[in-house]
Amino acid sequence: MAAPRASAARGFDAAQVRRDFPILEQHINGRPLVYLDSAASSQRPLAVLRAVEYYETHIHANVHRGVHTLSQAATDAFEGARERARRFINARSTREIVFVRGTTEGINLVAQSFGRARLGKGDEILISALEHHANIVPWQMVCEQTGCTLKVAPINRRGEVELESLLGLLNARTRLVAVAHVSNALGTIVPVERIVQAAHSCGALVLIDGAQAVAHSPIDVRELGCDFYAFSGHKLYGPTGIGVLYGREELLAEMPPWQGGGEMIRTVSFERTTYNELPWKFEAGTPNISGAVGLAAAMDYLESLGLEALAAHERHLLTQATAAIERLPGIEIIGTAAHKAAVLSFTMRGCHPHDLGTILDSQGVAIRTGHHCAMPVMTFFDIPATARASFGCYNTEADVAALVAALEKAREVFS
Amino acid sequence: MDLKDLYRDVILDHNRQPRNFGVLTHPDAHADGHNPLCGDRLTVWLRLDGDRVADIRFEGKGCAISTASASLMTEAVKGKDRVAIQQLYERIHTLLTQPHVAASDASLGKLAALAGVSEFPARVKCATLCWHTLNAALEHSADAVSTE
Repeated sequence: MAAPRASAARGFDAAQVRRDFPILEQHINGRPLVYLDSAASSQRPLAVLRAVEYYETHIHANVHRGVHTLSQAATDAFEGARERARRFINARSTREIVFVRGTTEGINLVAQSFGRARLGKGDEILISALEHHANIVPWQMVCEQTGCTLKVAPINRRGEVELESLLGLLNARTRLVAVAHVSNALGTIVPVERIVQAAHSCGALVLIDGAQAVAHSPIDVRELGCDFYAFSGHKLYGPTGIGVLYGREELLAEMPPWQGGGEMIRTVSFERTTYNELPWKFEAGTPNISGAVGLAAAMDYLESLGLEALAAHERHLLTQATAAIERLPGIEIIGTAAHKAAVLSFTMRGCHPHDLGTILDSQGVAIRTGHHCAMPVMTFFDIPATARASFGCYNTEADVAALVAALEKAREVFS
Repeated sequence: MDLKDLYRDVILDHNRQPRNFGVLTHPDAHADGHNPLCGDRLTVWLRLDGDRVADIRFEGKGCAISTASASLMTEAVKGKDRVAIQQLYERIHTLLTQPHVAASDASLGKLAALAGVSEFPARVKCATLCWHTLNAALEHSADAVSTE
Protein backbone atom coordinates (compact mmCIF):
# COMPACT_ATOMS: atom_id res chain seq x y z
CA MET A 1 0.00 0.00 0.00
CA ALA A 2 1.29 3.42 -0.90
CA ALA A 3 1.92 5.94 1.86
CA PRO A 4 -1.22 7.84 2.80
CA ARG A 5 -1.61 10.97 0.79
CA ALA A 6 -3.08 14.22 1.91
CA SER A 7 -6.68 14.78 1.04
CA ALA A 8 -7.61 17.01 -1.82
CA ALA A 9 -9.86 18.86 0.59
CA ARG A 10 -8.17 22.15 1.29
CA GLY A 11 -6.79 22.84 4.72
CA PHE A 12 -7.00 19.27 5.92
CA ASP A 13 -3.99 16.99 6.11
CA ALA A 14 -5.27 13.50 6.92
CA ALA A 15 -1.78 12.00 6.73
CA GLN A 16 -0.72 14.35 9.51
CA VAL A 17 -3.91 13.65 11.49
CA ARG A 18 -3.23 9.93 11.19
CA ARG A 19 -0.04 10.31 13.24
CA ASP A 20 -2.19 11.37 16.21
CA PHE A 21 -3.72 7.87 16.32
CA PRO A 22 -1.16 5.30 17.50
CA ILE A 23 -3.54 2.36 17.01
CA LEU A 24 -3.48 2.92 13.25
CA GLU A 25 0.24 2.16 13.04
CA GLN A 26 -0.25 -1.58 13.41
CA HIS A 27 -0.54 -4.37 10.88
CA ILE A 28 -3.53 -6.70 10.76
CA ASN A 29 -3.01 -10.09 9.14
CA GLY A 30 0.30 -8.84 7.79
CA ARG A 31 -1.19 -5.74 6.13
CA PRO A 32 -1.25 -2.13 7.30
CA LEU A 33 -4.51 -1.53 9.14
CA VAL A 34 -7.09 0.33 7.09
CA TYR A 35 -9.74 1.33 9.60
CA LEU A 36 -13.09 1.98 7.90
CA ASP A 37 -15.39 1.35 10.86
CA SER A 38 -15.55 4.72 12.57
CA ALA A 39 -19.35 4.73 12.39
CA ALA A 40 -19.28 1.80 14.82
CA SER A 41 -16.57 3.31 16.99
CA SER A 42 -13.89 5.83 16.12
CA GLN A 43 -10.29 5.58 17.34
CA ARG A 44 -8.83 7.91 19.96
CA PRO A 45 -6.10 10.43 19.33
CA LEU A 46 -3.13 10.74 21.69
CA ALA A 47 -4.63 13.96 23.07
CA VAL A 48 -7.59 11.96 24.44
CA LEU A 49 -5.46 9.05 25.69
CA ARG A 50 -3.13 11.48 27.47
CA ALA A 51 -5.94 13.49 29.03
CA VAL A 52 -7.46 10.29 30.45
CA GLU A 53 -4.06 9.06 31.64
CA TYR A 54 -3.30 12.38 33.32
CA TYR A 55 -6.66 12.33 35.04
CA GLU A 56 -6.15 8.74 36.23
CA THR A 57 -2.58 9.33 37.43
CA HIS A 58 -2.98 12.78 39.00
CA ILE A 59 -6.58 13.71 39.71
CA HIS A 60 -8.93 10.81 40.32
CA ALA A 61 -11.28 10.82 43.31
CA ASN A 62 -15.05 10.76 43.57
CA VAL A 63 -16.86 13.92 42.47
CA HIS A 64 -19.16 16.20 44.49
CA ARG A 65 -18.36 14.14 47.58
CA GLY A 66 -15.39 15.26 49.58
CA VAL A 67 -13.54 18.30 50.87
CA HIS A 68 -10.12 16.89 50.11
CA THR A 69 -7.97 18.28 47.34
CA LEU A 70 -8.34 15.46 44.83
CA SER A 71 -12.09 15.32 45.22
CA GLN A 72 -12.24 19.02 44.38
CA ALA A 73 -9.86 18.57 41.43
CA ALA A 74 -11.89 15.65 40.08
CA THR A 75 -15.10 17.66 40.46
CA ASP A 76 -13.49 20.57 38.59
CA ALA A 77 -12.36 18.23 35.80
CA PHE A 78 -15.80 16.62 35.53
CA GLU A 79 -17.75 19.87 35.59
CA GLY A 80 -15.17 21.42 33.26
CA ALA A 81 -15.95 18.63 30.81
CA ARG A 82 -19.64 19.51 31.09
CA GLU A 83 -18.90 23.13 30.20
CA ARG A 84 -16.79 21.87 27.27
CA ALA A 85 -19.72 19.78 26.03
CA ARG A 86 -22.07 22.77 26.42
CA ARG A 87 -19.83 24.85 24.17
CA PHE A 88 -19.46 22.00 21.68
CA ILE A 89 -23.18 21.95 20.92
CA ASN A 90 -23.88 25.57 21.92
CA ALA A 91 -26.38 24.79 24.68
CA ARG A 92 -27.49 27.72 26.83
CA SER A 93 -26.45 26.24 30.13
CA THR A 94 -24.55 23.31 31.67
CA ARG A 95 -27.86 22.47 33.36
CA GLU A 96 -28.90 21.23 29.94
CA ILE A 97 -25.97 18.78 29.66
CA VAL A 98 -26.64 15.38 31.25
CA PHE A 99 -23.79 12.88 31.16
CA VAL A 100 -24.99 9.42 30.17
CA ARG A 101 -23.31 6.20 29.01
CA GLY A 102 -24.05 6.98 25.39
CA THR A 103 -26.76 7.81 22.87
CA THR A 104 -28.76 4.71 23.81
CA GLU A 105 -28.93 5.70 27.46
CA GLY A 106 -29.78 9.29 26.54
CA ILE A 107 -32.78 8.16 24.47
CA ASN A 108 -33.88 5.72 27.17
CA LEU A 109 -33.68 8.53 29.72
CA VAL A 110 -36.10 10.66 27.72
CA ALA A 111 -38.34 7.66 27.01
CA GLN A 112 -38.55 6.60 30.64
CA SER A 113 -38.61 10.01 32.26
CA PHE A 114 -40.53 12.20 29.83
CA GLY A 115 -42.37 9.43 27.99
CA ARG A 116 -43.53 7.38 30.91
CA ALA A 117 -44.62 10.40 32.96
CA ARG A 118 -46.29 12.40 30.21
CA LEU A 119 -47.67 10.05 27.59
CA GLY A 120 -50.81 7.97 27.62
CA LYS A 121 -53.49 6.40 25.49
CA GLY A 122 -54.25 8.44 22.40
CA ASP A 123 -50.81 10.06 22.32
CA GLU A 124 -48.45 9.37 19.44
CA ILE A 125 -44.68 9.10 19.09
CA LEU A 126 -43.38 9.56 15.56
CA ILE A 127 -40.12 8.05 14.32
CA SER A 128 -38.76 7.30 10.84
CA ALA A 129 -38.10 4.01 9.06
CA LEU A 130 -34.32 4.54 9.03
CA GLU A 131 -33.83 4.59 12.80
CA HIS A 132 -31.24 2.58 14.72
CA HIS A 133 -32.76 0.08 17.15
CA ALA A 134 -31.78 2.49 19.95
CA ASN A 135 -34.31 4.97 18.58
CA ILE A 136 -37.05 2.35 18.09
CA VAL A 137 -37.06 -0.03 21.04
CA PRO A 138 -37.13 2.56 23.89
CA TRP A 139 -40.28 4.04 22.30
CA GLN A 140 -41.89 0.62 21.86
CA MET A 141 -41.27 0.07 25.57
CA VAL A 142 -42.95 3.39 26.42
CA CYS A 143 -45.91 2.44 24.21
CA GLU A 144 -46.26 -0.83 26.11
CA GLN A 145 -46.03 0.97 29.43
CA THR A 146 -48.36 3.87 28.72
CA GLY A 147 -50.67 2.77 25.90
CA CYS A 148 -49.44 5.45 23.50
CA THR A 149 -48.91 4.64 19.83
CA LEU A 150 -45.75 4.49 17.71
CA LYS A 151 -46.01 5.89 14.18
CA VAL A 152 -43.31 5.37 11.55
CA ALA A 153 -42.62 7.73 8.64
CA PRO A 154 -41.50 5.78 5.55
CA ILE A 155 -38.27 6.07 3.56
CA ASN A 156 -37.82 5.95 -0.22
CA ARG A 157 -35.55 3.68 -2.30
CA ARG A 158 -32.69 6.15 -1.95
CA GLY A 159 -32.92 5.77 1.81
CA GLU A 160 -34.29 9.26 2.43
CA VAL A 161 -37.06 9.97 4.89
CA GLU A 162 -40.19 10.83 2.90
CA LEU A 163 -40.66 14.26 4.32
CA GLU A 164 -44.16 14.80 2.98
CA SER A 165 -45.32 11.54 4.56
CA LEU A 166 -43.65 12.44 7.82
CA LEU A 167 -45.30 15.86 7.86
CA GLY A 168 -48.60 14.16 7.01
CA LEU A 169 -48.29 11.92 10.05
CA LEU A 170 -47.86 14.90 12.36
CA ASN A 171 -51.07 15.84 14.12
CA ALA A 172 -52.43 17.16 17.39
CA ARG A 173 -51.92 13.75 19.04
CA THR A 174 -48.20 13.69 18.18
CA ARG A 175 -46.34 14.40 21.40
CA LEU A 176 -42.80 13.54 20.42
CA VAL A 177 -40.86 13.11 17.18
CA ALA A 178 -37.64 11.09 17.50
CA VAL A 179 -35.36 10.99 14.46
CA ALA A 180 -31.75 10.30 13.60
CA HIS A 181 -29.68 13.25 12.41
CA VAL A 182 -27.65 10.85 10.23
CA SER A 183 -28.57 7.23 9.44
CA ASN A 184 -25.89 4.80 10.63
CA ALA A 185 -26.87 2.14 8.11
CA LEU A 186 -27.35 4.33 5.03
CA GLY A 187 -25.48 7.57 5.68
CA THR A 188 -28.57 9.68 4.92
CA ILE A 189 -28.49 13.16 6.43
CA VAL A 190 -32.01 13.79 7.69
CA PRO A 191 -33.39 17.35 7.28
CA VAL A 192 -33.97 17.71 11.01
CA GLU A 193 -34.42 21.50 10.86
CA ARG A 194 -37.58 21.09 8.73
CA ILE A 195 -38.84 18.34 11.01
CA VAL A 196 -38.28 20.42 14.16
CA GLN A 197 -40.16 23.34 12.62
CA ALA A 198 -43.13 21.23 11.59
CA ALA A 199 -43.26 19.27 14.85
CA HIS A 200 -43.18 22.42 16.94
CA SER A 201 -46.00 23.94 14.97
CA CYS A 202 -48.05 20.86 15.96
CA GLY A 203 -47.00 21.21 19.57
CA ALA A 204 -44.79 18.10 19.51
CA LEU A 205 -41.31 17.89 21.02
CA VAL A 206 -38.32 16.65 19.01
CA LEU A 207 -35.51 14.34 20.05
CA ILE A 208 -32.57 13.97 17.68
CA ASP A 209 -30.35 10.88 17.75
CA GLY A 210 -27.06 12.56 16.94
CA ALA A 211 -24.78 9.53 17.33
CA GLN A 212 -23.66 9.59 13.69
CA ALA A 213 -23.71 13.36 13.22
CA VAL A 214 -21.56 14.92 15.93
CA ALA A 215 -18.19 13.80 14.56
CA HIS A 216 -18.92 15.05 11.04
CA SER A 217 -20.27 18.57 11.25
CA PRO A 218 -20.66 21.34 13.83
CA ILE A 219 -23.81 20.94 15.94
CA ASP A 220 -25.70 23.92 17.31
CA VAL A 221 -28.71 22.78 19.32
CA ARG A 222 -30.09 26.30 19.53
CA GLU A 223 -29.97 26.73 15.78
CA LEU A 224 -31.55 23.29 15.30
CA GLY A 225 -34.20 24.25 17.82
CA CYS A 226 -34.56 20.65 18.98
CA ASP A 227 -35.75 19.75 22.47
CA PHE A 228 -33.40 16.82 23.07
CA TYR A 229 -30.16 15.81 21.36
CA ALA A 230 -28.30 12.62 22.30
CA PHE A 231 -24.80 11.52 21.28
CA SER A 232 -21.95 9.20 22.25
CA GLY A 233 -18.31 9.97 23.06
CA HIS A 234 -16.85 6.97 21.27
CA LYS A 235 -18.18 8.05 17.90
CA LEU A 236 -16.41 11.39 18.14
CA TYR A 237 -12.91 10.14 18.96
CA GLY A 238 -13.61 9.97 22.71
CA PRO A 239 -13.91 7.05 25.14
CA THR A 240 -16.69 4.47 25.33
CA GLY A 241 -19.20 4.57 28.18
CA ILE A 242 -19.72 8.33 28.07
CA GLY A 243 -22.18 10.41 26.13
CA VAL A 244 -24.37 13.46 26.43
CA LEU A 245 -28.07 14.04 26.54
CA TYR A 246 -28.90 17.66 25.82
CA GLY A 247 -32.36 18.71 26.93
CA ARG A 248 -33.97 22.15 27.05
CA GLU A 249 -33.77 23.27 30.66
CA GLU A 250 -37.48 23.94 31.15
CA LEU A 251 -38.25 20.40 29.95
CA LEU A 252 -35.59 18.68 32.03
CA ALA A 253 -36.68 20.67 35.09
CA GLU A 254 -40.19 19.27 34.89
CA MET A 255 -39.16 15.70 34.12
CA PRO A 256 -38.98 13.21 37.00
CA PRO A 257 -35.67 11.45 37.73
CA TRP A 258 -35.36 8.06 36.04
CA GLN A 259 -32.81 6.33 38.25
CA GLY A 260 -32.53 6.74 42.01
CA GLY A 261 -29.39 6.70 44.11
CA GLY A 262 -26.56 8.87 45.30
CA GLU A 263 -25.73 12.17 43.56
CA MET A 264 -29.28 12.68 42.24
CA ILE A 265 -30.73 13.57 45.67
CA ARG A 266 -30.74 16.65 47.87
CA THR A 267 -32.08 15.11 51.08
CA VAL A 268 -33.10 11.56 51.90
CA SER A 269 -35.22 10.30 54.75
CA PHE A 270 -37.42 7.22 54.91
CA GLU A 271 -40.45 9.48 54.75
CA ARG A 272 -39.43 11.80 51.94
CA THR A 273 -36.61 12.33 49.48
CA THR A 274 -35.98 15.54 47.60
CA TYR A 275 -34.07 15.59 44.35
CA ASN A 276 -30.94 17.39 43.30
CA GLU A 277 -31.05 20.22 40.79
CA LEU A 278 -30.18 19.95 37.11
CA PRO A 279 -28.31 18.23 35.66
CA TRP A 280 -27.36 16.01 38.61
CA LYS A 281 -31.00 14.98 39.11
CA PHE A 282 -30.45 12.66 36.16
CA GLU A 283 -27.00 11.37 37.17
CA ALA A 284 -27.56 8.79 39.90
CA GLY A 285 -24.42 7.07 41.17
CA THR A 286 -20.76 7.84 40.59
CA PRO A 287 -20.43 8.95 36.97
CA ASN A 288 -17.83 8.02 34.35
CA ILE A 289 -15.47 10.82 35.34
CA SER A 290 -12.44 9.85 33.26
CA GLY A 291 -14.78 9.25 30.33
CA ALA A 292 -16.09 12.81 30.61
CA VAL A 293 -12.50 14.12 30.77
CA GLY A 294 -11.64 12.10 27.65
CA LEU A 295 -14.76 13.34 25.88
CA ALA A 296 -13.82 16.95 26.59
CA ALA A 297 -10.32 16.30 25.17
CA ALA A 298 -11.91 14.74 22.07
CA MET A 299 -14.04 17.86 21.56
CA ASP A 300 -10.92 20.06 21.88
CA TYR A 301 -9.18 17.81 19.37
CA LEU A 302 -12.04 17.86 16.85
CA GLU A 303 -12.37 21.61 17.01
CA SER A 304 -8.61 21.98 16.55
CA LEU A 305 -8.95 20.02 13.30
CA GLY A 306 -11.81 22.25 12.22
CA LEU A 307 -15.16 20.57 11.80
CA GLU A 308 -15.92 22.32 8.51
CA ALA A 309 -12.60 21.24 6.99
CA LEU A 310 -13.12 17.73 8.33
CA ALA A 311 -16.61 17.57 6.80
CA ALA A 312 -15.17 18.63 3.43
CA HIS A 313 -12.44 15.99 3.71
CA GLU A 314 -14.96 13.25 4.48
CA ARG A 315 -17.24 14.35 1.65
CA HIS A 316 -14.28 14.09 -0.69
CA LEU A 317 -13.48 10.55 0.48
CA LEU A 318 -17.14 9.51 0.25
CA THR A 319 -17.45 10.83 -3.30
CA GLN A 320 -14.23 9.15 -4.33
CA ALA A 321 -15.08 5.81 -2.69
CA THR A 322 -18.61 5.83 -4.10
CA ALA A 323 -17.35 6.41 -7.63
CA ALA A 324 -14.64 3.76 -7.25
CA ILE A 325 -16.78 0.94 -5.91
CA GLU A 326 -19.72 1.72 -8.20
CA ARG A 327 -17.44 0.77 -11.07
CA LEU A 328 -16.91 -2.74 -9.66
CA PRO A 329 -19.22 -5.38 -11.12
CA GLY A 330 -22.03 -6.66 -8.91
CA ILE A 331 -21.82 -3.87 -6.36
CA GLU A 332 -25.03 -2.24 -5.22
CA ILE A 333 -24.83 0.80 -3.01
CA ILE A 334 -27.55 0.78 -0.34
CA GLY A 335 -28.40 4.36 0.59
CA THR A 336 -28.07 6.83 -2.24
CA ALA A 337 -29.55 9.91 -0.61
CA ALA A 338 -28.77 13.30 -2.10
CA HIS A 339 -27.24 14.35 1.23
CA LYS A 340 -25.02 11.76 2.88
CA ALA A 341 -22.46 11.64 5.64
CA ALA A 342 -19.29 9.53 5.50
CA VAL A 343 -21.05 6.14 5.43
CA LEU A 344 -20.98 3.81 2.44
CA SER A 345 -23.22 0.73 2.70
CA PHE A 346 -23.20 -1.81 -0.11
CA THR A 347 -23.69 -5.39 -1.20
CA MET A 348 -21.73 -7.49 -3.70
CA ARG A 349 -23.59 -10.00 -5.89
CA GLY A 350 -22.62 -13.58 -5.06
CA CYS A 351 -20.72 -12.65 -1.92
CA HIS A 352 -22.56 -12.37 1.39
CA PRO A 353 -21.55 -9.31 3.47
CA HIS A 354 -20.23 -11.61 6.17
CA ASP A 355 -17.86 -13.25 3.70
CA LEU A 356 -16.87 -9.81 2.42
CA GLY A 357 -16.03 -8.76 5.97
CA THR A 358 -13.76 -11.76 6.49
CA ILE A 359 -11.99 -11.33 3.15
CA LEU A 360 -11.47 -7.60 3.68
CA ASP A 361 -10.12 -8.28 7.17
CA SER A 362 -7.59 -10.71 5.68
CA GLN A 363 -6.38 -7.71 3.64
CA GLY A 364 -6.14 -5.51 6.76
CA VAL A 365 -9.33 -3.61 5.90
CA ALA A 366 -11.76 -3.25 8.84
CA ILE A 367 -15.38 -2.66 7.83
CA ARG A 368 -18.68 -3.42 9.52
CA THR A 369 -20.96 -6.12 8.19
CA GLY A 370 -24.45 -7.06 9.36
CA HIS A 371 -27.74 -5.30 9.90
CA HIS A 372 -26.14 -2.33 11.72
CA CYS A 373 -28.80 -2.45 14.45
CA ALA A 374 -31.28 -1.30 11.84
CA MET A 375 -33.19 -4.47 10.94
CA PRO A 376 -36.21 -2.56 9.56
CA VAL A 377 -33.88 -0.84 7.07
CA MET A 378 -32.58 -4.25 5.91
CA THR A 379 -36.17 -5.52 5.61
CA PHE A 380 -37.10 -2.44 3.54
CA PHE A 381 -34.29 -3.13 1.07
CA ASP A 382 -35.01 -6.89 1.26
CA ILE A 383 -31.44 -7.81 2.20
CA PRO A 384 -30.16 -9.65 5.28
CA ALA A 385 -27.19 -7.36 5.77
CA THR A 386 -24.81 -4.93 4.11
CA ALA A 387 -21.10 -4.26 4.17
CA ARG A 388 -20.42 -0.76 5.46
CA ALA A 389 -17.31 1.34 5.10
CA SER A 390 -17.29 4.55 7.12
CA PHE A 391 -14.75 7.35 7.09
CA GLY A 392 -13.21 9.53 9.76
CA CYS A 393 -10.60 12.24 10.16
CA TYR A 394 -7.68 9.79 9.79
CA ASN A 395 -8.80 8.18 6.55
CA THR A 396 -6.99 8.96 3.33
CA GLU A 397 -7.32 8.34 -0.39
CA ALA A 398 -4.93 5.41 0.13
CA ASP A 399 -7.55 3.83 2.42
CA VAL A 400 -10.13 4.11 -0.35
CA ALA A 401 -7.68 2.46 -2.74
CA ALA A 402 -7.08 -0.35 -0.22
CA LEU A 403 -10.84 -0.86 0.11
CA VAL A 404 -11.23 -1.16 -3.64
CA ALA A 405 -8.29 -3.57 -3.93
CA ALA A 406 -9.72 -5.74 -1.12
CA LEU A 407 -13.11 -5.82 -2.86
CA GLU A 408 -11.38 -6.97 -6.06
CA LYS A 409 -9.79 -9.73 -3.99
CA ALA A 410 -13.22 -10.78 -2.68
CA ARG A 411 -14.54 -10.95 -6.23
CA GLU A 412 -11.57 -13.10 -7.18
CA VAL A 413 -12.27 -15.57 -4.32
CA PHE A 414 -15.97 -15.78 -5.17
CA SER A 415 -15.72 -15.69 -8.95
CA MET B 1 -4.64 -16.51 8.31
CA ASP B 2 -5.08 -17.94 4.86
CA LEU B 3 -8.25 -17.22 2.93
CA LYS B 4 -7.76 -20.34 0.82
CA ASP B 5 -7.99 -22.35 4.01
CA LEU B 6 -11.44 -20.95 4.80
CA TYR B 7 -12.85 -20.73 1.30
CA ARG B 8 -11.76 -24.12 0.02
CA ASP B 9 -13.05 -25.28 -3.35
CA VAL B 10 -15.56 -27.64 -1.72
CA ILE B 11 -17.01 -24.73 0.30
CA LEU B 12 -17.22 -22.42 -2.70
CA ASP B 13 -18.80 -25.17 -4.79
CA HIS B 14 -21.46 -25.98 -2.18
CA ASN B 15 -22.15 -22.26 -1.74
CA ARG B 16 -22.66 -21.76 -5.45
CA GLN B 17 -24.67 -24.93 -5.90
CA PRO B 18 -26.09 -26.04 -2.58
CA ARG B 19 -27.23 -29.68 -2.56
CA ASN B 20 -30.67 -30.70 -1.27
CA PHE B 21 -31.76 -27.07 -1.53
CA GLY B 22 -35.47 -26.26 -1.59
CA VAL B 23 -38.68 -27.16 0.17
CA LEU B 24 -39.34 -30.78 1.11
CA THR B 25 -43.02 -31.51 0.65
CA HIS B 26 -44.86 -33.43 3.36
CA PRO B 27 -42.01 -33.40 5.86
CA ASP B 28 -42.22 -35.27 9.15
CA ALA B 29 -40.37 -32.48 10.93
CA HIS B 30 -38.89 -29.09 10.25
CA ALA B 31 -37.26 -26.22 12.13
CA ASP B 32 -36.19 -22.64 11.45
CA GLY B 33 -32.75 -21.35 12.44
CA HIS B 34 -31.66 -17.75 12.76
CA ASN B 35 -28.32 -16.14 13.47
CA PRO B 36 -29.25 -12.60 14.57
CA LEU B 37 -25.62 -11.48 14.40
CA CYS B 38 -25.45 -11.70 10.62
CA GLY B 39 -29.09 -12.18 9.68
CA ASP B 40 -28.60 -15.73 8.39
CA ARG B 41 -31.83 -17.72 8.26
CA LEU B 42 -32.47 -21.28 7.22
CA THR B 43 -35.14 -23.93 7.38
CA VAL B 44 -34.43 -27.66 7.56
CA TRP B 45 -37.07 -30.23 6.56
CA LEU B 46 -36.85 -33.95 7.37
CA ARG B 47 -38.57 -37.09 6.27
CA LEU B 48 -38.04 -39.79 8.86
CA ASP B 49 -38.04 -43.52 8.57
CA GLY B 50 -38.26 -44.60 12.18
CA ASP B 51 -35.08 -43.28 13.75
CA ARG B 52 -33.41 -42.67 10.42
CA VAL B 53 -33.33 -39.51 8.32
CA ALA B 54 -34.74 -40.77 5.03
CA ASP B 55 -34.63 -37.39 3.32
CA ILE B 56 -33.51 -33.91 4.20
CA ARG B 57 -33.71 -30.56 2.43
CA PHE B 58 -32.93 -27.00 3.44
CA GLU B 59 -33.53 -23.50 2.25
CA GLY B 60 -32.28 -20.17 3.48
CA LYS B 61 -30.24 -17.05 3.03
CA GLY B 62 -26.78 -16.95 4.42
CA CYS B 63 -23.08 -16.49 3.92
CA ALA B 64 -20.92 -18.98 2.07
CA ILE B 65 -19.88 -20.79 5.25
CA SER B 66 -23.45 -21.14 6.46
CA THR B 67 -24.81 -22.27 3.08
CA ALA B 68 -21.97 -24.70 2.35
CA SER B 69 -22.09 -26.14 5.85
CA ALA B 70 -25.84 -26.79 5.52
CA SER B 71 -25.38 -28.32 2.07
CA LEU B 72 -22.57 -30.61 3.27
CA MET B 73 -24.60 -31.53 6.33
CA THR B 74 -27.60 -32.67 4.29
CA GLU B 75 -25.38 -34.96 2.24
CA ALA B 76 -23.69 -36.34 5.33
CA VAL B 77 -26.75 -37.11 7.46
CA LYS B 78 -29.05 -38.59 4.83
CA GLY B 79 -29.63 -42.23 5.76
CA LYS B 80 -28.13 -41.89 9.24
CA ASP B 81 -30.00 -42.49 12.50
CA ARG B 82 -30.18 -40.08 15.43
CA VAL B 83 -27.27 -41.60 17.33
CA ALA B 84 -24.98 -41.48 14.30
CA ILE B 85 -26.03 -37.88 13.58
CA GLN B 86 -25.34 -36.86 17.15
CA GLN B 87 -21.89 -38.47 16.99
CA LEU B 88 -21.19 -36.72 13.69
CA TYR B 89 -22.25 -33.37 15.12
CA GLU B 90 -19.89 -33.81 18.06
CA ARG B 91 -17.02 -34.52 15.68
CA ILE B 92 -17.91 -31.46 13.60
CA HIS B 93 -17.99 -29.33 16.72
CA THR B 94 -14.51 -30.53 17.64
CA LEU B 95 -13.34 -29.80 14.09
CA LEU B 96 -14.63 -26.22 14.29
CA THR B 97 -13.30 -25.45 17.76
CA GLN B 98 -10.31 -27.80 18.30
CA PRO B 99 -8.99 -28.51 14.81
CA HIS B 100 -5.77 -30.15 16.00
CA VAL B 101 -7.75 -32.82 17.85
CA ALA B 102 -9.97 -33.48 14.86
CA ALA B 103 -7.36 -33.22 12.10
CA SER B 104 -6.90 -36.95 11.72
CA ASP B 105 -10.63 -37.77 11.74
CA ALA B 106 -10.98 -39.38 8.32
CA SER B 107 -14.63 -40.29 8.95
CA LEU B 108 -15.69 -36.68 8.39
CA GLY B 109 -15.32 -37.01 4.64
CA LYS B 110 -16.18 -33.81 2.75
CA LEU B 111 -17.20 -32.11 6.00
CA ALA B 112 -13.47 -31.85 6.76
CA ALA B 113 -13.45 -28.92 4.33
CA LEU B 114 -14.86 -26.85 7.17
CA ALA B 115 -11.60 -27.19 9.14
CA GLY B 116 -10.46 -23.69 8.15
CA VAL B 117 -13.39 -22.11 10.00
CA SER B 118 -11.63 -22.75 13.31
CA GLU B 119 -9.13 -20.02 12.46
CA PHE B 120 -12.00 -17.53 12.21
CA PRO B 121 -13.78 -17.67 15.58
CA ALA B 122 -16.39 -15.11 14.49
CA ARG B 123 -17.48 -17.53 11.77
CA VAL B 124 -17.96 -20.71 13.83
CA LYS B 125 -21.61 -19.81 14.40
CA CYS B 126 -22.14 -19.60 10.64
CA ALA B 127 -21.07 -23.22 10.31
CA THR B 128 -23.04 -24.55 13.28
CA LEU B 129 -26.40 -22.86 12.58
CA CYS B 130 -27.57 -25.70 10.32
CA TRP B 131 -26.65 -28.33 12.90
CA HIS B 132 -28.56 -26.54 15.66
CA THR B 133 -31.51 -26.30 13.30
CA LEU B 134 -31.28 -30.00 12.40
CA ASN B 135 -31.23 -30.88 16.10
CA ALA B 136 -34.32 -28.77 16.68
CA ALA B 137 -36.10 -30.47 13.79
CA LEU B 138 -35.14 -33.89 15.16
CA GLU B 139 -36.64 -32.92 18.46
CA HIS B 140 -39.81 -32.13 16.51
CA SER B 141 -39.59 -28.65 17.87
CA ALA B 142 -41.47 -26.11 15.82
CA ASP B 143 -39.79 -23.26 17.67
CA ALA B 144 -37.18 -21.20 15.89
CA VAL B 145 -33.68 -21.76 17.21
CA SER B 146 -31.01 -19.18 17.55
CA THR B 147 -27.23 -19.35 17.77
CA GLU B 148 -27.25 -16.46 20.26
